[in-house]
Amino acid sequence: MMGFENQGFEEAHLFSSRQEIQSLVLDEPLDGKSFSDYRSAMSSISEAHHPLSPPIVGIEVDDDPLLSPSSYMDRRNPNVSENSYLEPPSYADVVFSPFGNENGEANGFENSTHDSVKSEIISRSASSSSGYIKIAVSNPVKEQEISNSLVPGGNTYVTYLITTRTNIPEFGGSEYSVRRRFKDVVTLADRLSESYRGFFIPPRPDKNVVESQVMHKQEFVEQRRVALEKYLTRLAAHPVIKKSEELKVFLQVQGKLPLPTTTDVASRMLDGAVKLPKQLFGEPATVVAPHEVVQPAKGGRDLLRIFKELKQSVANDWGGSKPPVVEEDKEFLEKKEKLQVFEQQLSNASQQAESLVKAQQDIGETMGQLGLAFIKLTKFETEEAMYNSQRIRAADMKRVATAAVKASRFYRESNAQTVKYLDTLHEYLGLMLAVHSAFSDRSSALLTVQTLLSELSSLQSRAEKLEVASSKIFGGDRSRIRKIEELKETIRVTEDAKSCAVREYERIKDTLHEYLGLMLAVHSAFSDRSSALLTVQTLLSELSSLQSRAEKLEVASSKIFGGDRSRIRKIEELKETIRVTEDAKSCAVREYERIKENNRNELERLERERRHDFLSMLKGFVINQVGYAEKIANEWANVAEETSGYTKESS
Amino acid sequence: MATITTRSLSGSSQSPRSPSAQPFLGITVTDPVKLGNGVQAYISYRVITKTNFPEYQGPEKIVIRRYSDFVWLRDRLFEKYKGIFIPPLPEKSAVEKFRFSSEFIEMRRQALDIFLNRIASHPELRQSEDLRTFLQVDEETMERARSQETGIFKKKPADLMQIFKDVQSKVSDVVLGKEKPLEESSPEYEKLKHYTFELEDHLAEAQKHAFRLVKRHRELGQSLADFGKAIKLLGACEGNSLGKAFSELGSKSETLSIKLQKEAHHLLMKFEEPLKDYVRAVQSIKATMAERANAFKHQCELAETIKLKEINLDKLMLTRSDKVGEAEIEYRELKAEGEEATRRFETIVRLMSEEIVRFQEQKTLDIGIAFHELAKGQAQMANEIADAWRSLIPKLEACSART
Repeated sequence: MMGFENQGFEEAHLFSSRQEIQSLVLDEPLDGKSFSDYRSAMSSISEAHHPLSPPIVGIEVDDDPLLSPSSYMDRRNPNVSENSYLEPPSYADVVFSPFGNENGEANGFENSTHDSVKSEIISRSASSSSGYIKIAVSNPVKEQEISNSLVPGGNTYVTYLITTRTNIPEFGGSEYSVRRRFKDVVTLADRLSESYRGFFIPPRPDKNVVESQVMHKQEFVEQRRVALEKYLTRLAAHPVIKKSEELKVFLQVQGKLPLPTTTDVASRMLDGAVKLPKQLFGEPATVVAPHEVVQPAKGGRDLLRIFKELKQSVANDWGGSKPPVVEEDKEFLEKKEKLQVFEQQLSNASQQAESLVKAQQDIGETMGQLGLAFIKLTKFETEEAMYNSQRIRAADMKRVATAAVKASRFYRESNAQTVKYLDTLHEYLGLMLAVHSAFSDRSSALLTVQTLLSELSSLQSRAEKLEVASSKIFGGDRSRIRKIEELKETIRVTEDAKSCAVREYERIKDTLHEYLGLMLAVHSAFSDRSSALLTVQTLLSELSSLQSRAEKLEVASSKIFGGDRSRIRKIEELKETIRVTEDAKSCAVREYERIKENNRNELERLERERRHDFLSMLKGFVINQVGYAEKIANEWANVAEETSGYTKESS
Repeated sequence: MATITTRSLSGSSQSPRSPSAQPFLGITVTDPVKLGNGVQAYISYRVITKTNFPEYQGPEKIVIRRYSDFVWLRDRLFEKYKGIFIPPLPEKSAVEKFRFSSEFIEMRRQALDIFLNRIASHPELRQSEDLRTFLQVDEETMERARSQETGIFKKKPADLMQIFKDVQSKVSDVVLGKEKPLEESSPEYEKLKHYTFELEDHLAEAQKHAFRLVKRHRELGQSLADFGKAIKLLGACEGNSLGKAFSELGSKSETLSIKLQKEAHHLLMKFEEPLKDYVRAVQSIKATMAERANAFKHQCELAETIKLKEINLDKLMLTRSDKVGEAEIEYRELKAEGEEATRRFETIVRLMSEEIVRFQEQKTLDIGIAFHELAKGQAQMANEIADAWRSLIPKLEACSART
């Protein structure tokens, strides 16, 4: 009763070898229990293998003699191998050999088989055969938030062990392990998207806030683990990003992630709000600094800039004002449009691939169920057999049942492979997100340039206006100043006249002293003196009035001068702003050009890699289909051969 | 089509292709034609008989028959040949909308063909007068016979399913020991009963999966076609050589889709239908078992009555000799009836034990063929799939070499 002892094993492994089928069919005693075993075996077929769930199939069959290439070769009909594809090692063998390798090194991350196979494909496709990075995410551990959480135990998070193996010289080593939490990955993604604008950066896994609440914790953590591994593997496959400092730090540095976390949106908003009043009052400090220009404004750090750019984009949209710099890259626009069509077809194809996989899965499952039904029937007939014909029939049934179960297994294996290959379509669909964000980087950079340009022109016009206004004022001033100057001149002349008059008066006084005796002259001298004195007095009064006028004028003109000075200062400030803005603009233009360049390079890379990936997808898909179809054909050909006697008999 | 002419019992060499030497009766059901309209609509078939039996009018005869004529024949045979497993008829279409689908019609035609040839190859049934009637009389006579028959058998539930349901409940009552009726309880017969009921379950399950497999083939075919289209469109977005590779993959998918649909049809006709036929055959055994149970019951009841009569007769002999004569006649009649019933029952038992051997051999053959067809079809399809995809490989290699 070896079959009976093996029951548990059989349930798990689903008749993984011919012997087990036989033992199950023939050796198992008839009791109620055995039927429930069949049930469970059957239900495990239908439950365990959803079409797109990561296939575990490849692993469980490793001890199956039927799968190993040698026995496969043995079993092949000579006429079939004639048909078979020309090269001596059958395609089936080529297809299946990866399994062995995977099994060999599936230490610790059994579940990642699927992904690491794919990562191989991707890294191969990245055409950097020299350098590889293999990243595995494993061993999730729940940890307590140390920081000021009021509710003890309320804040927990999960860290994952991220193991990296690489031969890239930049990494300066070959193997690293770090613990990271999801937040760190978010930081990494943010840093990368800031530093590598215009690149097709693989999209980060979603936060799935809702799912983390709804889903079973274990399930969620596992799902996230798989997603993280996929994400990091994709990053590592990117020719530029894999050499980035950010990724290196993320993968290598022990302990807390040293990358500066970009402040979250809320505090950014707060920052922006604090800055806002100053910005609105037009302080020079608010001029967009050139180094900031290279960042998109969407972070909310700079509300005013957002407003401005928003206005610009609205203006663009309304089309009333033509933005000074438009997307002029015809080739780019063309490619962008083509990519949009491509994306549509891609999503369609990936959908159809999914339903193909589902249909293949279904046919495999049904084939398996049919096989099991016949196994049951075989057992039943064997037990109840009263006539020889029944035994013959039972034997036939067993053959069919065995073939059906095997075919079912081939279908499932084939499907697992198909999933792997056709997943390239999904990959690219995911990549399209990255392309979109790279394109939006480009357009946001363009928007920044446009905004800065229009701002610049408005600044310049303002400066001009001010200059004109102030020159008008200057004109008026000049006449006033001239008046003052004239007045001053008049005062000076008058003063000269006065001092002349005073001197004359003094001279006359002296002369008077000398000619005291000359009485005759006294009268005339006296009259002279009084007239000179009169002159002096007149002059003095005239002088004082002139002085007061000059003072008044001076006060008035100093007032005017003061206003002018502040106006001049303003103009100078404006000019400074213009200069800075100009800097920012040229910086933004440079950034835009850089992004454009990145876009172009990435588009080229995408095209090249897509070609390669798609080709290897097609090849993999086809070869896999050939290999398994051959196997299935062999199984059935054997049965057909064995049952061919019946048709001869009846015809 | 599958002209299962005089299928030999043991599969030994009884060649049907020597009409002069050996008795020969071959029947073909062909040319289904839809007649009438609406609810009255039905399908008529051309039934061609070729024979060298002296009882028949000639070597070849063609008549037009409809499904209810077949039902008539089956019912007549069932009434007359108790104990023999009457070959099953295909069931009435459960779903109205499939009634006139070409697939359903073809399946039924095939099943009717098999039905007649089974009768024709059965050593007892082939002698049947009703079969001769069915195969030879003109349409009006047939219709008259049919309407007459349905008049006579009115109290009988006309629907085959109903019979089986009754039988099933009756027999299962017996099996479950609900009734304490007169049931034979030899261990051998018990085993047969058990076997038959279990077999039906198993077969029904297998048939269900087989049908689902047919459906899955169709679905996979559909998916492949859709996939092919999508891949072609995707290919249109790609550059020349890669685009061509895509479009070829797409075309191959579409070609294979047609192959899958074909295989689905083949599977339905050659594998699923024989399995269903197997189920029906088991149901036919159950109907025979019900007859056997009836015969047994009748026999037992009669024996009981005879026993009572005998006691009564003994009593009468002692007390009232004047009535003895009458009672004795009654007793004799009863006794004769009892013997007749016993004989009938024993005939059934004998026939059944023969029939069960026939049944097993027949089914081994039928299912063997069905298995062969399944295996052949699957192997062929898988090979075609392999060939189709394989033919792409050089092109893909060339394409990747160019990069």
